[in-house]
Amino acid sequence: MLTLEGVGKTYANGVHALDAVNLSVGPGEIVAIVGGSGCGKSTLLRAISGLDTPSQGRVLLDGEKVTKPHEKIGIIFQEPRLLPWLTVAGNVGFGLEDRPKAERDARVAEALTRVGLSEKANMWPRELSGGQAQRVAIARALVPRPEVLLLDEPFSALDAFTRVDLQDHLLGLWADTRPILILVTHDVDEAVVLADRIMVMRPRPGRIFDEIAADLPRPRERQSSAFDRVRRHVMAALDRSLKPVAPSDANEAAAFWW
Amino acid sequence: MSLVRMSAAIEPAAQPKQKTGKSVLARWSGPALGLILPLGLAVGWELAVRAGLSNGRLVPPPSVIYATFAELAKTGELQRHAAATLARVVAGFGIGVVVGTLLGAITGYSMLVRRFIDPSLQALRAIPSIAWVPLFILWLGIFEASKVTLIAVGVFFPVYLGVMGAVMSVDRKIVEVGRAFRLSGAKMVRRILLPAVLPAYVIALRSGLGLGWMFVVAAEFMGASEGLGFLLVDGQQLGKPAQIVAAIVAFAVIGKITDWLIVGITAPFLRWEDRFKSPAAEG
Repeated sequence: MLTLEGVGKTYANGVHALDAVNLSVGPGEIVAIVGGSGCGKSTLLRAISGLDTPSQGRVLLDGEKVTKPHEKIGIIFQEPRLLPWLTVAGNVGFGLEDRPKAERDARVAEALTRVGLSEKANMWPRELSGGQAQRVAIARALVPRPEVLLLDEPFSALDAFTRVDLQDHLLGLWADTRPILILVTHDVDEAVVLADRIMVMRPRPGRIFDEIAADLPRPRERQSSAFDRVRRHVMAALDRSLKPVAPSDANEAAAFWW
Repeated sequence: MSLVRMSAAIEPAAQPKQKTGKSVLARWSGPALGLILPLGLAVGWELAVRAGLSNGRLVPPPSVIYATFAELAKTGELQRHAAATLARVVAGFGIGVVVGTLLGAITGYSMLVRRFIDPSLQALRAIPSIAWVPLFILWLGIFEASKVTLIAVGVFFPVYLGVMGAVMSVDRKIVEVGRAFRLSGAKMVRRILLPAVLPAYVIALRSGLGLGWMFVVAAEFMGASEGLGFLLVDGQQLGKPAQIVAAIVAFAVIGKITDWLIVGITAPFLRWEDRFKSPAAEG
């Protein structure tokens, strides 16, 4: 169980990036966070990962406060960020350094097979395509068996075919151990394909604007009318989130200053 | 289907053939290209002197240089001088590398330390290092200590600058991967920072070594009874250009060998590098 209690972030330069986000994610749930650029999506994800500490509120994983990177929380970035001096297998096993070699090798081999790259185990990252490199990054994040996997626009740098392929792939991997997935994306289709719940955020300061349940059966058919209904729902919420704040909102008091 | 099977059948057969056909010529044509110019000049000069176009007294022909070289080697003079010079370079290089690496790493890592000591070091760097010679002689005497110190100063600056720059430019995103896997302190250094700075470090070591060889000559000019630099001064004072050129050749050979050693020792750790290769060098 991952709980966010009033998580907010104000950067040292005074930018109020994130305002009091409350969120509760149950085991095995997939949550997508969508929103325009600068709405604090990545800030929120970094606060959950422990890479940044929130200025207000707290992040709790199974009741334990997360203040720094946690062994049960894995993260996949927008870029693969493989370590160029390690082979593919070395990268996948990066988080298992403290395990016995035999166990490490077995788990790396298993993960590489699972992402379909076992024959690339001894290659350097520079020899991989963008999609392959991101698959290695996924394997690296999953090998320590995290309870929470955070994904920061993980497929946005890939072409459309590779992206769809990797989305399906990710769902397959998720089904193995069913961790919590929290996915930041600006691709509405991606959110609808993957998520159980879609949080739409609104910028300046970043906060949750709307929550949409995507309770479609899996595997999801991208061309189905149900899929389209959810997508239109998300699109409409996104549209509203980007409109200037209505007077009835937080600025109500300010409107009556006279 | 048949097309796939066909190309699969052809490729493994085609590849080895291409490799063996290419290797003999390709492996040696690259280095050989670089030999044409110096060999051509040497042979040309030798022929010019033999033909009486020049007496070759101030610019001795290769045969005379070789004879001098052989003579110096036979008496053991060459080995003694080369060993003395090499020992100075090794000592100075060692000190310069250790100090330069430590200070470079610390200033690269900590902004506070960088602001505190880097301006002073940059100011010292602006001083032509030869200008230190009189001071070093006053402080450390005319024997080995002042010479080794001068070489160490020469080696220090490129190593310091290289290490500091390399540590400062380590990709934040890669460091974040380390943090996400809960690395810190020594583990972060060993698993992320060290491999990340290694390519730049090798370059810093090589330029440091180059300066070390430069400064050993300056150090030996300031009064030495042995060393390749002494051979140079001795050759000048006694009017033996062949001995000067022989010493220069010895410098070139030993300098190149030490540079190769650095490259060769570090090469296995840098195989991962995604380096630019010109099309001609590939394959």
